[in-house]
Amino acid sequence: MKIAKKLMALSLAAVMAGSCLTACGDSSKADGKGGDEKTLVIGGSGPLTGGAAQYGTAVKNAAQLAVDEINEAGGVDGVKFKLVFEDDEADKGDKAVNAYNALKDKGMQVMLGTVTTGSCLAVIDKTKQDNVFQLTPSASAQDVIKNDNAFQVCFTDPNQGKASADYIAQNNIAKKIAVIYDNSDAYSSGIYNTFKSEASEKGLDIVAEQSFTSDSKTDFSAQITAAKNANAELLFLPIYYQEASLILAQAKSAGYSPKFFGCDGLDGLLDVENFDKSLAEGVMLLTPFAADAADDATQKFVKAYKEKYNNETPNQFAADAYDGVKVIAKLVEKEKIKGNMSTSEICDKLKNAITDGFSYDGLTGQGMTWGKDGAVSKDPKAVVIKDGAYSALDK
Amino acid sequence: MKKKISPMTRKSFVTYGLLVLAFIAVEILLNTGNISSMMKGLLVPICVYSILAVSLNLTVGILGELSLGQAGFMCIGAYSSAIFSNMVKETITEPMIRFPLAILVGGIFAAIFGLLIGIPVLRLRGDYLAIVTLAFGEIIKNVFAALYIGYDSAGLHISLKSQGDLKLAADGKMVINGALGISGTPNDSTFEIAAVILLITVIIAYNFVNSRTGRAVMSIRDNRIAAESVGLNITKYKLITFGLTAFLAGIAGVLYSHNFYSLQASKFDYNMSILVLVFVVLGGIGSIRGSIIAASVLTLLPELLRSVNKYRMLMYAIVLIVMMICTSNATIRGFFVRNAQKFISLFKKNKAQPEAVKEGE
Amino acid sequence: MAFLDNLINGMSLGSIYAVIALGYTLVYGIAKMLNFAHGDVIMVGGYVVFTAMVTANLSPWLSILIGIAACTVLGIVIEKVAYKPLRKASSLSVLITAIGVSYFLQNMALLVFGEKPRTFTSVVNIPKISLFDGKVVIKGETIAAIIVSVVIVVCLSLFVNHTQKGRAMLAVSEDKDAAQLMGINVNSTISLTFAIGSGLAAIAGVLLCSSYPTLTNTTGAMPGIKAFVAAVLGGIGSIPGAMIGGILIGVIEILGRAYISPQLADAIVFAVLILVLIVKPTGILGKKVNEKV
Repeated sequence: MKIAKKLMALSLAAVMAGSCLTACGDSSKADGKGGDEKTLVIGGSGPLTGGAAQYGTAVKNAAQLAVDEINEAGGVDGVKFKLVFEDDEADKGDKAVNAYNALKDKGMQVMLGTVTTGSCLAVIDKTKQDNVFQLTPSASAQDVIKNDNAFQVCFTDPNQGKASADYIAQNNIAKKIAVIYDNSDAYSSGIYNTFKSEASEKGLDIVAEQSFTSDSKTDFSAQITAAKNANAELLFLPIYYQEASLILAQAKSAGYSPKFFGCDGLDGLLDVENFDKSLAEGVMLLTPFAADAADDATQKFVKAYKEKYNNETPNQFAADAYDGVKVIAKLVEKEKIKGNMSTSEICDKLKNAITDGFSYDGLTGQGMTWGKDGAVSKDPKAVVIKDGAYSALDK
Repeated sequence: MKKKISPMTRKSFVTYGLLVLAFIAVEILLNTGNISSMMKGLLVPICVYSILAVSLNLTVGILGELSLGQAGFMCIGAYSSAIFSNMVKETITEPMIRFPLAILVGGIFAAIFGLLIGIPVLRLRGDYLAIVTLAFGEIIKNVFAALYIGYDSAGLHISLKSQGDLKLAADGKMVINGALGISGTPNDSTFEIAAVILLITVIIAYNFVNSRTGRAVMSIRDNRIAAESVGLNITKYKLITFGLTAFLAGIAGVLYSHNFYSLQASKFDYNMSILVLVFVVLGGIGSIRGSIIAASVLTLLPELLRSVNKYRMLMYAIVLIVMMICTSNATIRGFFVRNAQKFISLFKKNKAQPEAVKEGE
Repeated sequence: MAFLDNLINGMSLGSIYAVIALGYTLVYGIAKMLNFAHGDVIMVGGYVVFTAMVTANLSPWLSILIGIAACTVLGIVIEKVAYKPLRKASSLSVLITAIGVSYFLQNMALLVFGEKPRTFTSVVNIPKISLFDGKVVIKGETIAAIIVSVVIVVCLSLFVNHTQKGRAMLAVSEDKDAAQLMGINVNSTISLTFAIGSGLAAIAGVLLCSSYPTLTNTTGAMPGIKAFVAAVLGGIGSIPGAMIGGILIGVIEILGRAYISPQLADAIVFAVLILVLIVKPTGILGKKVNEKV
């Protein structure tokens, strides 16, 4: 037994040492000094395994698509992009940092990530320390951009909460509102907190305040019962579409049919395989991106994405990631970044450039600009689901 | 020291020696810059998981009871020390003073909870004890995830409902923000401190095993009724072991929480407890050195498998199953041992090594 | 009214837990191991039924049969490949192997079925019952879950107590070596247990996904743990115990979520478990094990 174990330990140690050495071999790039003049390495980090894998995969796919498009067009002033993407399992501690470190070892010069807020919070101080330009496609908490090197493509949560409450009040959609939100998720509770304070200012009445956690996100019967018994006319769902699809189904079978209102997390609802679209009829949501929008840019993106990835419809995460890469490309062009510049030098240039009168028209918004605080300014679009498709709600 | 060193003492000194050698090797790599960022980032977690594994081994290997609540004690240590550090980080700016205090705070809180939980739990046995420790771990995690603590000029506010429920004044500061946890903990954990604590943990563990108390605990493991009949106070010895395990796990939690900017309770779920149990079982129940090796290897393994990309967690699962079958199935193990012995005897003629005394006994 | 609603929802969730818990209890009773992969077999069952019913467009009943067959085979394969070599090893080694199998199934499903969630079509077409002018609604899925779980418990009890194979299972659970001496094939009995347990997992998967129609590779993980708690609460190894434990856990969870705090609902479930075990250390219907000196 002893010997078998020793052998095993030895062989594992050998593997370890081997890979350590190969990792060391690459370390010329890992120290942030920059490498080949013609290649800029963009590092992405997000969950590719585990329960949140759908978000990370969407970001990875869309980022790869954007990178390929840029390279096919000859790069940015001859500088080609290379995407390296690591799995962080949406972990909030060591695994997120491991993914970040793996990216550093692969010579990352600009970071597109991370996908989820929890992982992002675990690495923001590391990116600050290393002075890496960080543009997160989808980590939306306010804390994520507290350092001056970090920026967001997506809305900051409080903005969405405020916009939702304003929209509901302005258009007189409902007065008695129930909310179901994910208490263990920064995105969801962030939106909810600002929604609540804005709602009370606008004279909206929150009659039921219900939450759930990531450990118990399939059974919503207790929450729906509470909303139903409080006679809420509208159910506000600042959550992701997977849970929302369950709430819609469970509300229907409980014989409860209020109006539904959600944020950008609901985007993707219609693309859940085998989802009964009639359940979503009349659901309103504020989203920066809708896959069936009629504009050319969106259609081109959706077509390319579907062709490349098994006919899957891109969601909001994918659109944010695509925009993220394109924003980086524009900034690289503006600042004439070369692949052999150091990570820190690139960061200093990019973070000045992005706040200095830079504006970008992307899939998720027209005329997006960034403030010193790292937040993006763009308008959420209100859409309603009608006949199984999005249609614009006029303000 | 006597002329003849006991096998146990020799074993412990070999382990200390190996640890010190490993430490020196890593230090050399660190100082010459020949180490990848990833390995550098893994150093503290490896120490943390090793401490967890060694401490759980005291309960599983020495006391012989299966505990699935290790993450709960780690959570208490992590949270209590992070709260402490966040409260005093403006008053005590010197990490060399602040961090040892935080370690004490985390360890002592975890130990207190370990004793409190141990009193009811240790009455149970076997799988029932395991499930109750798992339940306690989950309760600890859930309570911390539902806890909101903030302070302002009016004092401390605590709520179990939501951030808004705290009604903080404008100058208020959040300490624990529910499921979103604690952020802003000073990054005081360094590899050097973690390594020293690991060494101390190992010293404590070996000395515990070789002490009078340790022998009493092992006699309870081997035959509870016999131990009871010679007048050993079963509850007392069980509690001591459980408390010590919790204390060390709490310290591991302190190292963990002070290694990251933010900390969320959901990290300390049953998966973490099970992970630590995997280290202990794979390293060999009762073997302290084995625990450290298994913790290090299995912490590195998923990272080394990054090159196989989306297959990596699948590979990890397969490696786990195969390792378990190879080390636990008598036929397969026998096959390996026979061949290994042949292999070794090719090099070492006439030097048949006697099988070492089973560790931990 | 709301209380009645919550109670019914709790019973519904509890019946599903009960069916899952039966799988745990059977396997534990006979093989004396915690089959941590049981929850993931449920997930596989869900995917198989989904593929048969939605992708291949087969009838629901046929799909369920295919699902049960697939899970039964899967259960036997898992037992033969991963657990049988460890029959004589410590229970901890088997536990860790089961965890490995659980990781394996989850990640295999991720590779095969992708990471996007699927919406499961409910196979139940029992109409819902509205009481008190629609204030209380009993869903068709609820009725189905409760009926199915009761039927399974009754059938399983009859099978175990009144058939040759069932009595062989009881004998193996009492004493493996003695059973072998009496001419019972221990290996095939254990395989049979895994087959039944995994078949039940497929049914549980269908019930779970019909009531909560989402399907991802981690669908089975949390219900698996809860059902395991239910099995222990009811007294692991006891078939009626699993039913009682399942219903209790379901009701406590829903009521806790509705009236105390959604965040603490799980904590309350676990606290109840601890209290019960402290008062009655082998669960509600568990057998007291006498210690041999």
